[in-house]
Amino acid sequence: MTYTKRLDGRKHDELRETEAKVGVIKRATGSAKFRMGNTTALAAVYGPRELHPRFLQDPEKGRLRCNYNMMPFSGMGDRVRPGANRRAKEISMVTTKALLPAVDLKDYPNAVVDVFIELPQTDAGSRCVGIVAASMALADAGIPMKDLVCAVAVGKVDKSIVIDLDYEEEQYPKYATTKVDDEEVADIPIAMIPSTGEITLLQLDGDISKEDLIKALKFAKPAMEKIYEIQKKALKEKYSDLKGGKK
Amino acid sequence: MNLQIQNHIKQSLDQQARVDGRKLDEFRDLTIEKGVSQTAEGSARVILGETEVIAGVKMSVGEPYPDTPEDGSLMVGAELLPMSSPNFEPGPPSIWAIEIARVVDRGIRESKAIDTKKLCIKKGEKIWLVAVDIITINDDGNLLDAAGIATLAALQDAVFPTYVDGEIDYKKKTKTKLPLSKLPIPVTVYKIGDNLLVDPVSEEEESVDARLTVTTTEKGQICAMQKGGDAPLTIEEIDKMCTLAQKRASELRKKL
Repeated sequence: MTYTKRLDGRKHDELRETEAKVGVIKRATGSAKFRMGNTTALAAVYGPRELHPRFLQDPEKGRLRCNYNMMPFSGMGDRVRPGANRRAKEISMVTTKALLPAVDLKDYPNAVVDVFIELPQTDAGSRCVGIVAASMALADAGIPMKDLVCAVAVGKVDKSIVIDLDYEEEQYPKYATTKVDDEEVADIPIAMIPSTGEITLLQLDGDISKEDLIKALKFAKPAMEKIYEIQKKALKEKYSDLKGGKK
Repeated sequence: MNLQIQNHIKQSLDQQARVDGRKLDEFRDLTIEKGVSQTAEGSARVILGETEVIAGVKMSVGEPYPDTPEDGSLMVGAELLPMSSPNFEPGPPSIWAIEIARVVDRGIRESKAIDTKKLCIKKGEKIWLVAVDIITINDDGNLLDAAGIATLAALQDAVFPTYVDGEIDYKKKTKTKLPLSKLPIPVTVYKIGDNLLVDPVSEEEESVDARLTVTTTEKGQICAMQKGGDAPLTIEEIDKMCTLAQKRASELRKKL
């Protein structure tokens, strides 16, 4: 048996239920919330503001600094100890690199744009959900950008290519309800600049052939388009009732 | 903050006027939403004006302390996220975060709101550990009171996970609620100049000379206190502050 029927009944190219909102944190320069199934990310942007310590400053352009953090009660299992661990540091770094090609900080020398991504609940796919929220928050903050950044995980579960894996799919053989042919699961988080189709984040856990990988990457593109539309809609919603500078 | 704004806030208060038009002893609108995180055993979001706080409860099984072999344990932590204010920085908890966590913890512990005996699984060997984490989302003043209410709401929302053969299954929640018998609500009364007020917004908070957090239970008994700020308080002032805190606490309790 290949994986024809998904555990939660979704189609292979179907995203989980999504929810997007812009402007959720008043004190931040820009902010957004994005939820995909039971994975929720809040993102807040502060800046451009002065960067300390000064030796980190770049006189040519502003710096982008992302910080990914899981709330202590947001894990599927035990409490997550507060503070940065190796995983959070790595995700913060790849998130920064996923967003950087879309932002233009040349007008902000020596400054920093801080992006804080916080997760109140997770069910796989948190780095992608975080990137989607962060990109909306950057746009909300008015940071010059050439496009938004979309992100979603694509994967291979028992020979089938599926989009937006949840926790049970990532752990597939453990939760399988039918006979499993291929125990290997591949989980591939991707971020993309939708207008150019360029990929800005690519990671892979698992086992997959080169042919299947390329297939998976192409399979993710329509899902990116869907997320792009959701992001644009949420951004427009915030500003839709602002007419002529009056609310 | 700008000295002129501070002076303006102080002078207005002398005429019983606040920046947002409230009375001095009046709270902002309070919204409590429970069950905001599916991964937590209990969770709640509290929105007090523009201040927003989330609290989540996580439970685990551990060994009791040798001196209390029949008691489960409670731990309250607070994180002031850099997301919630330009004044908060990443890193280990600041003294303000520690103070919030400890004052909230003290109210629950000292009022014996949670019967820790009921958290015992096997005497001297296994007990439930209840961890509450308070997370700030947006700071517009009076974080401590919001944190206290969020913690109680999250504890009210909390249920035990399934525990069979020494293993916890977090995905399967039971219907058994935490043994929470009281609602100790912290209300902080702030002193600016000669005026006493509650629930300040950020601008007001920056002008505060002294504050007193008074945690009271349903019967009006005081179970925890904390004085903050640099200015001293007279006994008369403390008397007034306690009365005001008791009053506001009994109103806030109705929302839980």
